[in-house]
Amino acid sequence: MPGFLHFENITKRFGDVLALDRVSLDVERGEIFSLLGPSGCGKTTLLRVAAGFEHPDEGRVYLDGVDITDLPPNHRKVNTIFQNYALFPHLTVRENIAFGLRIKGVERKKVRSEVDRMLALVQMEDRADKKPNQISGGQKQRVAIARALINRPDVLLLDEPLAALDLKLRQRMLIELDSIHDEVGITFLFVTHDQGEAMSLSDRIAVMNQARVEQIGKPIQIYEAPESSFTAAFIGDTNFFDGTVCASEGNDYSRLHIAEFPDVLCYNDRPRQTGDWVHLSIRPEKFAISRTPPAPQPSINTVQGIVENIIYLGSLTRYWVRVEGYRISVSRQHSRHRQDETPITWNDPVWLSWHADDGFMLERYRSSDESLLSLPPGQGVPIQSPEGA
Amino acid sequence: MQYRRHGRREEIGVTLPSALWLTVFFMIPTLIVLSVIFRPADPFGGVGSGWTLDTLRSLNNPNYPAIIWRTLWISVTATATCLLVAIPMGYFMARCSERAKGLLLLLVVIPFWTNFLIRIFAWKVMLHPEGIVKTALLKLHLVQPDTLLMYNEFAVLLVIVYTYLPFAILPIYAATEKFDFSLFEAALDLGCSRIGAFLRVLLPGISRGLMTAALVVFIPALGSYVIPDIMGGPTSEMIGNKIAQRVFIDRNLPHAAALSGLLSLVVMAPMIVVMFSKKSEQSPVKGDRPQRATAEGGR
Repeated sequence: MPGFLHFENITKRFGDVLALDRVSLDVERGEIFSLLGPSGCGKTTLLRVAAGFEHPDEGRVYLDGVDITDLPPNHRKVNTIFQNYALFPHLTVRENIAFGLRIKGVERKKVRSEVDRMLALVQMEDRADKKPNQISGGQKQRVAIARALINRPDVLLLDEPLAALDLKLRQRMLIELDSIHDEVGITFLFVTHDQGEAMSLSDRIAVMNQARVEQIGKPIQIYEAPESSFTAAFIGDTNFFDGTVCASEGNDYSRLHIAEFPDVLCYNDRPRQTGDWVHLSIRPEKFAISRTPPAPQPSINTVQGIVENIIYLGSLTRYWVRVEGYRISVSRQHSRHRQDETPITWNDPVWLSWHADDGFMLERYRSSDESLLSLPPGQGVPIQSPEGA
Repeated sequence: MQYRRHGRREEIGVTLPSALWLTVFFMIPTLIVLSVIFRPADPFGGVGSGWTLDTLRSLNNPNYPAIIWRTLWISVTATATCLLVAIPMGYFMARCSERAKGLLLLLVVIPFWTNFLIRIFAWKVMLHPEGIVKTALLKLHLVQPDTLLMYNEFAVLLVIVYTYLPFAILPIYAATEKFDFSLFEAALDLGCSRIGAFLRVLLPGISRGLMTAALVVFIPALGSYVIPDIMGGPTSEMIGNKIAQRVFIDRNLPHAAALSGLLSLVVMAPMIVVMFSKKSEQSPVKGDRPQRATAEGGR
C-alpha cells in the first residue's frame, strides 16, 4: 500500500553528479516527515522533485495515488516554503499571502477573509501592510508559511525553513511550526541538516547520505537503533569499535573481541555467528564514569582508562578517556550530589561501564563516516583499523 | 556623534569636485541658455541687450505642434521597441552560462568600437534605393520598386532603435542577473503559469532596470539631431533639427534657446517622476537588500 506521497525509485543526475540514487519513500497523510542529511546528500533535490522544479531521470512520484511526475509545479497540490522565504519584495505582506488565491481567480471578498484568517494564524495582523524588507526574519518565515498554507496544499514542502534564523528564534519557530501543523493537519515534508530540528519536529525521519536513503524510522529508532555507521555518527555522537564475534553468550548476547581492547559483551540485534566482523557503536552518554570500580554484574561491561581531556559544556561534561588503543568520548550530566565528590580531572584513572544492551552492532559501515565524529584529531585516533576491514 | 560629523565632512569633500564641475559646466551654461530666451535676437546672429517676451510668443508657430508631436511619438515608439527587444535579450543573457554571458556582453558592446556617424552612414548605404537591403527585399517581392526605405520616419525610428538598444539591454541584463529566481519558482509554486510568473514577479522585480533602460533610450531619442538629419527627409524633422536650424541657418539664438528649454522641460518631467518614485521606495529599508546603483541619464 503506497503512502500518500510516494516516491518510487527516483534517480536524478546533474551532469556527472548523482543527486538521487533510486530513492523510494512513503510519506503518510498528515505526518511530519523529515529528510535529514548533510549538504549535498540529495534531500533538497528530492524536495524539488516533489515540488515539480526538477524532473527525475528515472522513477515516478505519486500524490494520493495519482502520478504527478510530469505535472508542472503550478498544477500540483503542493506548496513550498523556500529557504530564503522568496517573498515577493514588491508586494505587501497581505498581497504576498493573497497571491495564490488571486492567481486562481478567487473573488475579492473571499480572498480578503481567507487572508485575514491566515494573518491571524501566523499572528501577523499588525504587519499586513508592510513590505517584506520591513519585517524581521521570523516574521518573513511566518508570511511564507501563510502564503503557502492559504492554498490548502495536500503537502507542504519546507526547504530548511529555519536555517536563516538565530538559535532562540529557531527554537520558537519550531514550536510554532508544530502547533500550526496540529491546527491545519497538512502533511509536512521537511528538509533539514539539523538533527535537533528533525528529531524534535518529525513523526518519522529519512536519513540521507550520498544520494541514498540510509534509514527511515521514528526519531527514537534512528537514534537508539541506527542501522549504519553514517546514521550512528550523524545523529548524535558515538564511539566506533571494530571487532569479531568470539563467543555466543546464550541466544541474545555475543562476546566481541576487539584488538587492543578488553573483550566486551553486546546484545544481538540479529543472529550472529562466531567469527563475524562487526562494528560496535556506543553513544557517549551510555557510559557511566567513576573513580572507583563498579560492582560486577553479568551484563555490564567494565573497562579501565585514563582521562585525557575534559570539556565542560554546561548541561553536561564531556570526557575523553584513553582505554588501551582507543580514545573514548563519554558524556555525563551533572547533579547536585556529585558536586560533593572529588571531581574527575586530567590523567585520573577512571572506570567506564555500560550495559550490553547499549552497544549496537552496525550493518553497513564506512570508515569515512568516522570523520563525522566529534573526536578531536591527532594522536588518539578512535579506531585502529584492523587489516582487511 | 564625533564620528558622524567627521563622516559628514568627508562626504562633502568627496562630493565637492563633481558638484563644482556640474555647476560650472552644466548649471551655469543651462541658466545662460535659459536667460537668452528673454533677450532680443541680434540681426547678426548674436544676442541683443534688453529684455523681451517676444521669443516666447514666437513659439506659437503653427509648425511646432506637429514637430513636437512627431518627436514625442518617435521617442516613445523607439523606447517601447527597445524595451520589447531588450527584455528577452537581457533575460536570456542573465540565464546563460558565465562563458556565454561574457561573449554576449562583448557582442552588445562591440558596435561602440565604431564611430557613431560611420554606423549611421552604414545604415544609409544599406537602406539606399540601390543598397543591399532594398535590392534583397525587391528580389523577395516584399517591397515595390518605388518604395523608399529611407528619408522617412521609419528610417529615423529604425536607426534610433539600433543606436540605443545596447543602452537598454545593459541595465535590464544587470537587473535580471541580480534577480532572485527563487521568486520565479515561488510564483510557479503558488499556481502561476510561466508567463504569469514573468509578468507578475520578474517584471516588477527588475522594474528599476526597466526604468533606467527606458530613460536612457527616451531622453537621447527626444534630443536626436544627427539621426533624423541624415536618415530623415523633410517630413521627419524632429525638434533637435529645428533647434539646429534656428542656430545655424536662421541665426536666431533666443528662439533656439526657447526650443531647447522646452525640450529640457519635456526631458526633465520623466526624471522627476522617477526621482519621486525612488524616494518613496527608500523609506525604512532594513538593509537586507543591497542598494542598487542606477545609471540614470544625466546626459
